Amino acid sequence: MKPASFEYRAPEQLDELLELLADDFTDVRVIAGGQSLVPMMNFRLSTPELLLDLRRVDELGALEHRPDGALSVGATVTQARLLRQLEQQGGWPVLAEGIRHIGHPQIRSRGTVCGSLAHHDPTAELPALAVALDARMTVAGPQGRRTVAAADFFTTYYETVLEPGELLAEVVFPAWPAARGWGFRELARRRGDFALVGAVATVDRDAAGATAEAVALVLFGVGERPVRLGGVEQALAGKPLDAAALASVEPLVAEAIDPVDDLHASADYRREIAVQLSVGALADAWERSSARV
Amino acid sequence: MSELIGRSVPRVEDERLLRGEGAYVDDLHPSGCSEAAFLRSPQAHARIVSIDVEEARSAPGVIAVLTGADLAGELEPMVFQIARVVPETVRASTGAVSRVHPMPAIPADRATYVGQPLAVVVAESRYLAEDALELIELELEPLPAVVDPEAALEPGAPLVEPEWEDNLALEYRYRRGDVDAAFEQAAVVVEEVFHSHRHVASPIETRGVVATVDPLDGTLAVSASTQTPHQLRDFLAGALRRAPETLRVRAPDVGGGFGPKGAIYPEDLVIPYLATRVGRPVKWIEDRSEHFAATTHGREQVHRIALAADADGRILAVRDSIVHNCGAYHTLGLVVPYNTLTHLIGPYDVPAVDVRLRAAITNTGVVAPYRGAGRPEAVFAMERAVTRLARAVGIDAAELRARNLIAPEAMPYATGMIYRDGTEQVYDSGDYPKLLARARALVEEEPWAERAAGRRVGVGYAAYVEGTGVGPFESAALTVLGGGRVRVATGASSQGQSHRTTLAQIAADALGVPFERIEVVGGDTAAIAAGFGTIASRSLVVAGNAVAKAAAELRAAVLDAAGSLLGAPPESLTLADGTIRPLDGDGPELPLADLAGALSPFNPRRPAGAPTELHAKAIFNPGPVTYAAGVHAAVVAVDPATGAVEILRYAVSHDCGRPVNPAIAEGQVLGGVMQGIGGALYEELVYDPDGQLRTGSFMDYLLPTAGEMPEIRLVHVDCPTPLNPLGVKGLGEGGAIGPPAAIANAVEDALADLGVVVRACPLTPDRVRALIRAGGGDGGATAGAGATEVAA
Repeated sequence: MKPASFEYRAPEQLDELLELLADDFTDVRVIAGGQSLVPMMNFRLSTPELLLDLRRVDELGALEHRPDGALSVGATVTQARLLRQLEQQGGWPVLAEGIRHIGHPQIRSRGTVCGSLAHHDPTAELPALAVALDARMTVAGPQGRRTVAAADFFTTYYETVLEPGELLAEVVFPAWPAARGWGFRELARRRGDFALVGAVATVDRDAAGATAEAVALVLFGVGERPVRLGGVEQALAGKPLDAAALASVEPLVAEAIDPVDDLHASADYRREIAVQLSVGALADAWERSSARV
Repeated sequence: MSELIGRSVPRVEDERLLRGEGAYVDDLHPSGCSEAAFLRSPQAHARIVSIDVEEARSAPGVIAVLTGADLAGELEPMVFQIARVVPETVRASTGAVSRVHPMPAIPADRATYVGQPLAVVVAESRYLAEDALELIELELEPLPAVVDPEAALEPGAPLVEPEWEDNLALEYRYRRGDVDAAFEQAAVVVEEVFHSHRHVASPIETRGVVATVDPLDGTLAVSASTQTPHQLRDFLAGALRRAPETLRVRAPDVGGGFGPKGAIYPEDLVIPYLATRVGRPVKWIEDRSEHFAATTHGREQVHRIALAADADGRILAVRDSIVHNCGAYHTLGLVVPYNTLTHLIGPYDVPAVDVRLRAAITNTGVVAPYRGAGRPEAVFAMERAVTRLARAVGIDAAELRARNLIAPEAMPYATGMIYRDGTEQVYDSGDYPKLLARARALVEEEPWAERAAGRRVGVGYAAYVEGTGVGPFESAALTVLGGGRVRVATGASSQGQSHRTTLAQIAADALGVPFERIEVVGGDTAAIAAGFGTIASRSLVVAGNAVAKAAAELRAAVLDAAGSLLGAPPESLTLADGTIRPLDGDGPELPLADLAGALSPFNPRRPAGAPTELHAKAIFNPGPVTYAAGVHAAVVAVDPATGAVEILRYAVSHDCGRPVNPAIAEGQVLGGVMQGIGGALYEELVYDPDGQLRTGSFMDYLLPTAGEMPEIRLVHVDCPTPLNPLGVKGLGEGGAIGPPAAIANAVEDALADLGVVVRACPLTPDRVRALIRAGGGDGGATAGAGATEVAA
């Protein structure tokens, strides 16, 4: 359980880093927190020739509120740092709750937000949160920068739209309306484990507060990537999320997902739980939401 | 004069360890040390067609590459004497037959389990050794593999050992009383199949060996993360054809053993051999991937058990047909499978018994003792069956147990069985009804439904006995050092059991020397020549009494020497608090330090004929084992919608005889309970039908962590044994014996009205939901109609 030989560079300039990353003749991986990459290297499942450490590039460590109310999180911002910021300054409570489910404090103090997104374990919390919150991913590469919607970023297990030579430079979470309600439900074998199944929901009520104007529901641990349940969202829009409304979407959840068996749980079980967690997360989100101001 | 025994003296081990000053095998860096890595079989059963190591041999930093063919003339296949031992009384009582087969250190012709070593690389570093492993070209021809022990015993099953006509490694049958008549007369019969699944012990420190040849005298020094350094020395002496005196084996700080480090492994032989062959120190540290595949596993038995009872729930007879999975090699004979027999009936008074066991070899990792060693398997079957019986009879599960427990007045109680050591099995002491009552009180004192918040609550019990303190012997040697300190050397090494504290308490009391002046040395064949090791809940009983015995002899020697120095009869003197004084208080005092100084050869005025050192050693040979016992009780909340199980409280009442250090005893029990909870809810080692290991990391094999630790309450019910002078019983394993049965019983209790029958652990949320569905009830799943439709 020792990694194969590799070269290690830690440039201070982003240009230099991107140049090294774009070398077509070298198998390059970037590292920041290393919480997934290092074990994979120790198992020799990943054998990069060059390991590029992002942590000396100052601009990748930015964590800032933008004028439009969005929150941008740079590539080397750790999960613990983002959580601390959210807890101290408020906003995006669902993001804070989701991050608390990632591993343990030791893991979150090393693991980065963008690292988890780029790694894309489909049972992880952050990819689902990014999709549910309509996050925008800033991708830096040899041709400059491009922005990818979170909904389009994740392709399949451990794969994203990132091309060789590209880096997830930041993730931007749009402004969080104070009246928005949220729900985060996760079932794991142990506290801190990757999810068997998880559900993220948000609800924005109308100005009267009587019905849901907009609903988001994203599940994780039920397929090759986070699954946004557009059918459920549409079915609930314009309604109050009462027990009858929630019960009516249960079959939609079950039909929309295609989970798989593994050692920890069967596909049938995951489907069953996905329905329960979806209903629970939506109910929480409805409960926590208030009339749009 | 007992002042320290019975007191929770703080552990003297902790300061070093908590400061990070412990020295484990991997912390030892002999000058010029090389490192080894093993190529391991990727297949469960295969013929070795070829292993091409040429490229690996010329890889950077590689010192040597050896295959089984290279070792064929050098290292004989490994034979474990214990596998051959079947005492005549056991044979007469059960007809036990044990068939053993040698285990090649590295096979030349055939691989028989995934993870078996097939070649070894020695290089300048572990990194370079692993690089070279990737250059070895291994050609294997797959052979049919058998994984399931019951399938292995079917006619026509693939043969794990081609020389054998079948896969049966061990067989016995024990019968007492008229079982058939009891079943015919019974008012109630319950019959069920219960599985104990496979575990891996997962000590925080994996195995490791470092071997060095002393250039001055050729001594082969081996440091290994082992529970049994003396046995490893004796094994290596035979296998390497060396006099035992030319070997020194040490167990340095060891980060947990739990049984698997009491075995001897191919790597334990190959690494010392390589040190003699390559002329450099060689180190091998097992990585966690290797540990899952190649360290011995535990458990894995199938019990087809039936209980016959009268209408009041009095058990009339027990019938059990057991299949045990040995793994690829049958290395330990009776140890685990026979423990199952002698612990199956446990604390109950049962007139008729018929137990048959067959043990199969399979193409899986070797199964050997793991904390409990055959007992948790027995207790899971029996205590599940007893709980089923209570339901069938229609009385409370604790009450049914109370009606069947052996009364304290019946002690000593002969079971009619023969223990593994060949002696008659006799429970020497214990108060089982009191143990049950105390455990029951701990769970019945609160209204649990309030804490369950809408979930279902269940209570489950598990009662057990545990034979502890097995022989043949342990050693202790005590020496007075300069300054009046006393060194205690023992053959019992420690993997975290606090020997340096508890054995010092015993020595301090027996000698009359302050605790702070006692130092305990274990795990080093150079510190004491004979020893057996720390296994099987035995060290406090066997090593503790050896220390007490040697200390009494040393005390007499001290008083003798002091008497001749002071001109007083020894019987007029006493040693207390490190000072020799006249018993009547009238006369000079002599600190032990001064006595040691006066006896020193450097003292020109030392009395003629006085000894030059104060030293005593003793061997303690225990008689039959002494019986610890316990009752565990679990209170669980089950969410019927998700199948999630939460332990609201776990209660333990236990009898470890006379506790030497109650805090340490409690720590042992709590640790055992957590390992038991692991098996009940989280841990399971899984092979696929082809013998591929599916749980190769802690991502797949889940251990309970601090976050999973429930509230655990513990009470001592002390019944000192008459079988040894200290009155102590062992308790290293007890905590791990009860939890799978107690928790399974509690989960079933919570779901009883749904027709749920728990037949195996771990009780994962998915499995609990499946049990609810199989029971025919939805269990009141809260998500409503949609969830039910999906489930159907």
